[in-house]
Amino acid sequence: MLYIKCPWCGYRDDAEFHYGGEAHIKRPFDADSLSDEEFSEYLFQKSNTKGLTLERWVHTSGCRRWFNVLRNTVTNEIIEVYPSNQLPSSQAGKEYYKNNWRRKSAAESLTTRQVEK
Amino acid sequence: MTMQRFRLKDLGQVDRSKPLRFKFDGKFYEGYRGDTLASALLANGVHLVGRSFKYHRPRGLLSAGAEEPNALIQVGEGNSTDPNTRATQMILRDGLTVKSQNRWPNLTFDLGYVNNLIHRLLPAGFYYKTFMWPASWWMRYEYWIRRAAGLGEAPKGADPDRYEKNHAHCDVLIVGSGPAGLSAALAAGQTGARVILTEEQDSFGGSLTYNTDCTIDGLPAFEWVKRTVAALSSMPEVILLKATVTNGYYDHNYLTLLESTDNDNQTGSEYKTRQRLWKVRAKRVVLATGQIERPLIFRDNDRPGIMLSAAMRAYLNRYGVSPGNRVLLFTNNDDAYRTAISLKKNNVPIAAIVDLRSNPDGELVDQVRSEGITIYPGHAIVSTAGYLRIKSAKIMQLSEDGTKLIGSMKEIRCDSIGMSGGWNPTVHLFSQSGGKLRWDEELAQFLPKTVTQNLVSIGGCDGTQGLSNCLKAGLKAGAESARATNNKGRAPRLPKVIEPKYNDQRTIWLIPTERANGKISNHFVDFQNDVTASDIGLAAREGYRSVEHLKRYTTMGMGTDQGKTSNVAALAILGETLGTTAPNIGHTTFRPPYTPATIGAYAGRNLGLLFDPVRTTVMNECHKGLGAKFEHVGQWMRAWYYPKPNETMQQAVNREVKAARDSVGILDASTLGKIDIKGPDAAEFLNRVYTNAWLKLAPGRARYGLMLKEDGMVMDDGVTTHLQPGHFHMTTTTGGAASVLEWLEEWHQTEWPDLKVYFTSVTEQWAVASICGPNCRKLLSDLAPDLDLSNEEFPFMSVKEGNVAGITARIFRISFTGELSFEINVPRRYGPKLWDALMQKGKKYDICPYGTEAMHVLRAEKGFIVVGQETDGTVTPYDLGMDWIVSKTKHDFVGKRALKRSDIIKNDRKQLVGLLTENETEVIPEGSQVVETPTSAPPMVMIGHVTSSYYSPNCNRSIAMALVKGGKEKIGQTLHVPLRNKTIKVTVTDTQFFDKEGVRLDG
Ligand SMILES: [Zn+2]
Repeated sequence: MLYIKCPWCGYRDDAEFHYGGEAHIKRPFDADSLSDEEFSEYLFQKSNTKGLTLERWVHTSGCRRWFNVLRNTVTNEIIEVYPSNQLPSSQAGKEYYKNNWRRKSAAESLTTRQVEK
Repeated sequence: MTMQRFRLKDLGQVDRSKPLRFKFDGKFYEGYRGDTLASALLANGVHLVGRSFKYHRPRGLLSAGAEEPNALIQVGEGNSTDPNTRATQMILRDGLTVKSQNRWPNLTFDLGYVNNLIHRLLPAGFYYKTFMWPASWWMRYEYWIRRAAGLGEAPKGADPDRYEKNHAHCDVLIVGSGPAGLSAALAAGQTGARVILTEEQDSFGGSLTYNTDCTIDGLPAFEWVKRTVAALSSMPEVILLKATVTNGYYDHNYLTLLESTDNDNQTGSEYKTRQRLWKVRAKRVVLATGQIERPLIFRDNDRPGIMLSAAMRAYLNRYGVSPGNRVLLFTNNDDAYRTAISLKKNNVPIAAIVDLRSNPDGELVDQVRSEGITIYPGHAIVSTAGYLRIKSAKIMQLSEDGTKLIGSMKEIRCDSIGMSGGWNPTVHLFSQSGGKLRWDEELAQFLPKTVTQNLVSIGGCDGTQGLSNCLKAGLKAGAESARATNNKGRAPRLPKVIEPKYNDQRTIWLIPTERANGKISNHFVDFQNDVTASDIGLAAREGYRSVEHLKRYTTMGMGTDQGKTSNVAALAILGETLGTTAPNIGHTTFRPPYTPATIGAYAGRNLGLLFDPVRTTVMNECHKGLGAKFEHVGQWMRAWYYPKPNETMQQAVNREVKAARDSVGILDASTLGKIDIKGPDAAEFLNRVYTNAWLKLAPGRARYGLMLKEDGMVMDDGVTTHLQPGHFHMTTTTGGAASVLEWLEEWHQTEWPDLKVYFTSVTEQWAVASICGPNCRKLLSDLAPDLDLSNEEFPFMSVKEGNVAGITARIFRISFTGELSFEINVPRRYGPKLWDALMQKGKKYDICPYGTEAMHVLRAEKGFIVVGQETDGTVTPYDLGMDWIVSKTKHDFVGKRALKRSDIIKNDRKQLVGLLTENETEVIPEGSQVVETPTSAPPMVMIGHVTSSYYSPNCNRSIAMALVKGGKEKIGQTLHVPLRNKTIKVTVTDTQFFDKEGVRLDG
């Protein structure tokens, strides 16, 4: 059983948390302009990595806050815990974020275009 | 009762002033407090304790610990009975009743032994090869195979014993109380660190409980153990747990310990606890799990009386039990010499020592020689004789390279054999922790390599040899672990140790055969699963070269002992067969639990009412007073129906459903999920999570909303009311309350944190009585004379605050029945007062309380869906025919884009329709399959299933809803619902069965 450090409450058993899947999946703003295939990158396709992964957790039985975690799926080592809507600050987390296939996905580039406008 | 003929005088740690009586296979025996079942049986000369799994060969005690493969015992009787308990770990208590397993009709005469006589016909994989074809016969074979190969009996009823759980945190958890573990505990404990020390046996000390030839600081080793345990007991932050198996090592230093507590002689207490499961989160773990001795693999090495050398020493020195009257020792290292010296000291006759090494030397060997014990260097046992007990062994000389036998055969009479094939470090927990192992060629052992958690392995389990080295490693690891967890202190001084010195061993995995044809036969590797060396060879020849394949094909290591004494030898033999070495073969995965565990311990006290919380509404007593029957809805207990005397459920529900439409019905709707939503952006937020438009909903008005997942599938529904500007009251389904709140939080926190909106669960804060029917307005105005309840002043889908029966209430004019209806919300504590007032004033309208069953019929008559019944996570609003609720103009809402996917818009999806049976009184079972063309027998092409089905007294017929492929286009068609013994003919309709015009809503 994982021992997770909630940014607000401190260390708690993972029974108090719910897993929220992959982090940093940006929601396309004008999704109608995406093809079904492009939209499926956002909706269905998840990075299922062996090794480092960025993921979301929520402290359901505690403060109800969402946050992000950098975890190694092989050893279950938790390398970094950081707030929602922020990017990882550890070197490993930054690299993982930068090199993730999603950064080049159509759904995400659409979001980026929207932000730039 | 038989005498303890093999108990030696004044030897060992059992308490001779406390004799205990126990029953084994119907016969009474005596043992002492401090015995295990195994030592007590041996004290009575009982070596034969079980039959092997496949060949039903007689088997005796091999070991004295957790690794025991043979002595599996059925403990206790009735529903308390526990199969597959290792006699070597079963702490003897007075009145204990135990049985041997896997034999019929009894242990000394077992009909299953016929398997042994034909065992050349039963090689590895035999069952798979023979009985898998034809497939339809497998069920028949399986019955007989399982009967013949039973591993004990499971109790038939509920376990009557009590189990507990304990959660603990500590700085340092130390597993194993041998010299390394004890000294680690001492070093860590002295710093004031919070220490837990666990020991699987009933006595601390590990090998020091039986290695009586060592001294520590001038004390006999076991005296040092007693002193150390006494010192630890006086430390307030140290918890000492004996008879406690550390059976699981999980992520982030989370470990489970299973403590046996039924051995403390806690008689008389009706709250006697049998086992306690500890769940420990340790900052640091010290594994001091020691080593397990390896058997030697020679022909007929499994006869009762043949046991491990150190186990023999344990029975002798710890329990004061002699293994027999003429002991032969067989070894590849110095351990058997140590045993021989102990035996000799206690006048147990020794036949000889057979040593695989050509030139054994060193202090132990010299000592044995000086005692005049015969040694056969460079020799091996090549076969044994004796059916229920070993009688003799034949030995021959080994060739120099150890692969052949030379010279003439010599027979040696004996009644027990102590063997030692070297040692395997107990790396199970280390491996469970995620650690990787390496093969040490010199020691011929798997040792810990890569550590992935905050732990350290010390002593035998890390390959450390010798008492002094283990003590040193323990003191160092204990002090370091304490410092690593923020405690201050130094390692105590290393005590002065006198111990015998061991020389090198000679590893020969498989003892050659003397048979002329060179065939290896009955060289048992895995005793519990009857896997022999030739089975491993066969598996290799048939292409099962990976260790995981070998395991499954031969069942090697798959017994309740998980191959603790056999895995490494099997790997080595497979390696030799394939011309490679053990490390290239790899090893199978070690998984929890380390030893078999009772399921009851994991359930603990979470049984019956304590299994899951039961939630009741504040009006619960009112319903009980009305004679309600209840049903579970999630954790809630809801009033199901209110039968009158002699009324069946159907009659009661029919009456309630009629009354709700004829005059007034009242329902306890308190369980509906309620979420208070506040903030300037509340309306904008709702607009994004619901499919319809929310920005223009005026204060005081309510709206029905549907929530989708991002994939477009219906997730929840409910009415949300705009109470005041920036303040909404959301209702959810009873079961969805928690998940909807989490859903809202998720979208707010992770996607739209810029929106100013706050969510508070108020489900339990409000009690709700829902009244409906043509007279409900009159009833409410009797109790709320100040309120104008007219359709003009209080229209459908609006809210009013006011005084009802003297209570300040929120009244919602919403309806789940299609009738004129008011949902009256009052602060929770006023619930019963409101209910009673409504029941009292309602008498003149023949008010009728109705339960959840009638509620379902009423809503189904109107075709209203229930999320989770009409939907299952694969149903869109379009599938439900609810296109009207999906906004075409909103820029965005959760699930919007997904509703345009090609798969969602195709028109042959399963769609919600009504079904009317040809026979109007027939009610289709919910969940039934719908087919277009029935055939006389399955398979049939199924095009849908029935989601809701009831008898409707208002329609005077049965009604049903179903999800049917392309259902909208099938309206008017005839379909079929095939059941086990008949087929029901149905006509497809829309889902509105009653009051299609909706005129009843305004009363
Ligand atoms: Zn928290």
